[in-house]
Amino acid sequence: MSTIVLLTMTGLGLGALYFLVASGLSLIFGLMDVLNFAHGALLSIGAYGTWWAASGRLPGAGPGGWGFALAVLFGTAVGTLAAVVLELAVVRPLYTRPREQVLATVGVGLAVPALLSGVWGSDARTFPGPEALSGTFALLGADVPVNRLVLVAAAVVVLVALRLFLGRTRHGLVVRAGVEDRAMVTALGIDVRKAFTLVFAIGGCAAALGGALGGLYFGSVDPRQGTSLLIFAFVVVVTGGMGSVTGAAVAAVVIGLVQQFANYYTAAGLGDLAVVVLLAALLLVRPRGLTGRLA
Amino acid sequence: MSTATTPAPAAVSTAPEHGRTRLLRWWPAAVLALLVVAPWSALPLPGLLDGPVGSPGSLQLLATCLLFGALATGYDLLLGRTGLLSFGHALYFAAGSYATNMFLLEAGLPFAAAAVLGVCFGAALALVLGSVSLRVTGIGFSMVTLAFAQAGSILVSRDPGGFTGGEEGRAAPAELLPSWLVGIDHTANLYWIALAYLVLTLAVVHRAVRSPTGRVWEGIKENERRVEVLGLKPYGFKLTAFVLAGALAAVGGLVHLLLTGGSTPQTTTSDFTLSLLVMVVLGGTGTRWGPMVGGILYTWADHRLGDLAGSGAVADLPAVLRVPLSQPLFLLGVLFVAVVHLLPGGLARLPSRLRRTREENR
Repeated sequence: MSTIVLLTMTGLGLGALYFLVASGLSLIFGLMDVLNFAHGALLSIGAYGTWWAASGRLPGAGPGGWGFALAVLFGTAVGTLAAVVLELAVVRPLYTRPREQVLATVGVGLAVPALLSGVWGSDARTFPGPEALSGTFALLGADVPVNRLVLVAAAVVVLVALRLFLGRTRHGLVVRAGVEDRAMVTALGIDVRKAFTLVFAIGGCAAALGGALGGLYFGSVDPRQGTSLLIFAFVVVVTGGMGSVTGAAVAAVVIGLVQQFANYYTAAGLGDLAVVVLLAALLLVRPRGLTGRLA
Repeated sequence: MSTATTPAPAAVSTAPEHGRTRLLRWWPAAVLALLVVAPWSALPLPGLLDGPVGSPGSLQLLATCLLFGALATGYDLLLGRTGLLSFGHALYFAAGSYATNMFLLEAGLPFAAAAVLGVCFGAALALVLGSVSLRVTGIGFSMVTLAFAQAGSILVSRDPGGFTGGEEGRAAPAELLPSWLVGIDHTANLYWIALAYLVLTLAVVHRAVRSPTGRVWEGIKENERRVEVLGLKPYGFKLTAFVLAGALAAVGGLVHLLLTGGSTPQTTTSDFTLSLLVMVVLGGTGTRWGPMVGGILYTWADHRLGDLAGSGAVADLPAVLRVPLSQPLFLLGVLFVAVVHLLPGGLARLPSRLRRTREENR
């Protein structure tokens, strides 16, 4: 029983991490038809920003208590800023050439991890975290690490915030309409480009938050972390339906759980394999599953 | 975007110049002749290569460059000729390398048989997975190929049954290979094999693109719907391109196995495919020489920039400059983004662009 509880909580934590990456990826693809290969890099930037601040280099920030909260805030802010810069400097000049947009994000996705490993070395760095989050708590006879709960809580907050933003605000309305039919929104005289930057900022913010909290989950940061998470985020995005935030949330939980349980109960690595094969199978069964739909 | 750039300028002028143009047409043959005799040369190329051209180290680097030039040319069959953005090309390359290695090690076949079977395995894999992946189009196709390649990568690194050697890769057994392919004394032979592979790839791609099938590929790239309206089924044509490119990549895997003396899991990763993508776009998609030039330049830069990082000139720079310069992938990534932005069509379009600017300024 305790194994199942632990696996479930770990799967949920992993799912939360996937959701933080996939929600932005899904919105960006739904609205702009750009598969953002640099999204993993945004996560890495968030992770390194938090690590940098929490290691005591930022005044006021530190590994414990409010200092850590400030570090997470700093990392998320840096990631958001990076996403906005990415959209304005790299993606925006290529609006008329959709395939080149994807290629340009591929280039950024290669360059950023290389730069990070140039600055801080390619080895994993220990991630400092507050005492309160490094322990475990008892749940139904299992000792569950607290950081899983932090990730799940953050993902729920992001999900609710995104739903409120998309459902209740005017900007959210434009984004939703853009996912549905971009040409029509443009024809109505609304500048969708502002929504593009906004969506990149939101996606970068969520991914960087995922990076900041993922450091707690993995216990370390390394330059390739984001890129390796990206492929599973793709799986989540496709499973949940492009452009759908709720779909991404459900899919993230399913994928995270499937991966954890399969990895534990069958051969190690089979869970990863199963999830990747699931992506191919889903795309083949539902080729139209890629159409943007906001639920 | 579609037609291959002819290297000779389209001259409408006097007789002697006409003769020169005709001579210029033979430059690929001249370059090939130079490349064939390179192992006998002791010419030092300071900056470009570490030792003289004919030294084993330089030949190894040159052979790797030629190998990747050929690989990029084969990959362009999908990207630049048919308009298919595959993220799984590394799989077929790795399949050629690993399958040959398996046939040698586990089945104990002689090298020639193992090589043929290895390449056939790569082509068969491309046929099976291609026929499945091509059922979806656009970005869906890209992601299905990515998923299959990732599955292959996971399989190789998990090392089922001890076949693949996991993260370490698996060395090709020297005693099972023909003796003229093993050892530092025979680097020249490996170099010629890589050169032959490049020539083969260029010839195959050139012929295929000029064939009736190649015309349909061009049509599919421009407008797939219109090809369908003409009564042709794009699926079969796309599959042909996919399998052909996969088979060429499998041959490349075989050459890589010989060149590096083993199979490494790095060749299965999506990063490997992405680097092929960078090479092709850098050189120019859909051009005859572009992908080759891109592949050679990328590989050379990747090796030499690493050496540059270790050199004293860079080590003395302030950290702001030193850190980015010490990361070849960072430089190549930035260069790639710059080429995508500033030089659509890649390096292969550069001469014609320069010529046009010059004429405009005249």
